Amino acid sequence: MSEAAVEQVWRDEWGRVLALLVAQYRRLDLAEDALADAFEAATRTWPVSGVPANPPAWLLTAARRRAVDRLRAEAVAVRKQPLLVVDAEVQQRAHAVIADPGGLVPDERLRLLLLCAHPALAPEAACALSLRLVLGVSTEDIARLFLATTSTMAARLTRAKRKLVAAGVPLRVPDGSALAERIDTVASVAYLAFTAGYAPGSGPDPLRVDLAAEGIRLARVASTLLPGRPRLQALLALMLLQHSRRDARVAREADGGEPALVLLPDQDRTRWHHDEITEALGLLAEVLGDEGAARDPRIRELTLQAVIAAEHATAPSAQETRWPRIAATYAELEELTGSPVVRLNRAVAVAEADGPEAGLRLLEGLDEQLPVSHRLPGTRAVLLARAGHRQAAVEAYDVAIARCANEAERRHLRAGRLALDDPAGRPLTAP
Amino acid sequence: MKYAVLIYQDERMWAEASAEERARYHQAHTAFDEAVRSRAKMLGGEALTGVADATTLRHDAEGRRVLTDGPFAESTEQLGGFYLVEATDLDAILDLCELLPQQYALEVRPVADMSNATDWLDANPG
Repeated sequence: MSEAAVEQVWRDEWGRVLALLVAQYRRLDLAEDALADAFEAATRTWPVSGVPANPPAWLLTAARRRAVDRLRAEAVAVRKQPLLVVDAEVQQRAHAVIADPGGLVPDERLRLLLLCAHPALAPEAACALSLRLVLGVSTEDIARLFLATTSTMAARLTRAKRKLVAAGVPLRVPDGSALAERIDTVASVAYLAFTAGYAPGSGPDPLRVDLAAEGIRLARVASTLLPGRPRLQALLALMLLQHSRRDARVAREADGGEPALVLLPDQDRTRWHHDEITEALGLLAEVLGDEGAARDPRIRELTLQAVIAAEHATAPSAQETRWPRIAATYAELEELTGSPVVRLNRAVAVAEADGPEAGLRLLEGLDEQLPVSHRLPGTRAVLLARAGHRQAAVEAYDVAIARCANEAERRHLRAGRLALDDPAGRPLTAP
Repeated sequence: MKYAVLIYQDERMWAEASAEERARYHQAHTAFDEAVRSRAKMLGGEALTGVADATTLRHDAEGRRVLTDGPFAESTEQLGGFYLVEATDLDAILDLCELLPQQYALEVRPVADMSNATDWLDANPG
């Protein structure tokens, strides 16, 4: 019971308490270590003495005590080793820079969020640091999520924190256009975490739902702290719609066999998270009603993607999907982005609306732009099979299988190739 | 904090610039200089002549001086000048840099504190 309580408080309060500590001590490293110690103490004492009435206040007090202890220890060390004085002073001066003396913005957590998403950090570094500092995900877990070793991830996080301090990145909420730009970065960081969960390049799992969930959590925190921002709303809507299908997308054998991808038409729609779909549709309606959002091409891109996801999410069955609407939305999206991946998706929708030959025509000329994609020959194989060009379909399947690095997807392609013996063909659509 | 703003540009852009374009470069630098003087502190800055005038000095394994005619690194964009500015933080200096010509690539580097060389003895590069 209290272990679960610690876990819950960790998820809910880490970022807020950490932000308060950073504001007080103006040192990222000290604040982070002190809070980690406080949580460790909570894990030990709460099961024995019970959960305190005000858990965040308890943690803040415990962490402050740790921070003071450590500052005292550092002061003693400084007296013993005069050489280190300079180092500590330099560090302190540098750390002071990240603290904003203004105090105009009430929520310290927002400043922490914007600090981690500073464009001076590479997107991957910003993403890892946001998970660590804003959400309190452990370094081990972040390493696992990004398929890196713990030591590599620890080094990456340390480098990111050093860069923020050494480069003099301020712990401050910028105004006007600078804030809009930073919100874009926050959105990119959340989406990077989300997509890393949904498109793992290699390995046994077709998707890693936990990383995608952290991306959603980050976007949720961001849109709570920065309400009424259509970019964040559109992003959250899109992610919720895709994420709502997570339980239906993967089938595992009862005996713990290999996981298999379940494509959209075959998914059990009762296993979708309909509460998340409802929330996403509400957010999407707000964005669609915002004229400014319609004019901003990047927000429009997210919005159109969410509109497509919403069409799927609200179709009562695969057969009742409104494919002409989806194809039309993809056409607008392709015009906006010029992306070959969008064209590939549009071809799938057009094939559903107007037949496989129409879809195949849209795939022409894409090979140059997508030379290593397994999805292009995979889609072509399905459409060729449907149009009755069996031999060409087999050849396309072989190309797709050779290119595909994800084991679950490869199994799916092999199954499709085998099914060519079955004259009924196979259903089409991306998972 | 002290920042060095290192200005990189394809030298041909300046060599081939028209009189009006050069005037725009000049205006941009004047605007940057004025903004730094009012919102931060200008510690210095210079434009450099072209890399054709550069001489690079190294020493070989035996400690002999080796001079080469030309810049340290051959690349299309070369260091063409620099500013040294005292600004409150990275965002402040980046905002000021928006005033400089957009054709530049600007590398913003914090200046290390050398007031006491023992920093460097203890510095951990990791």
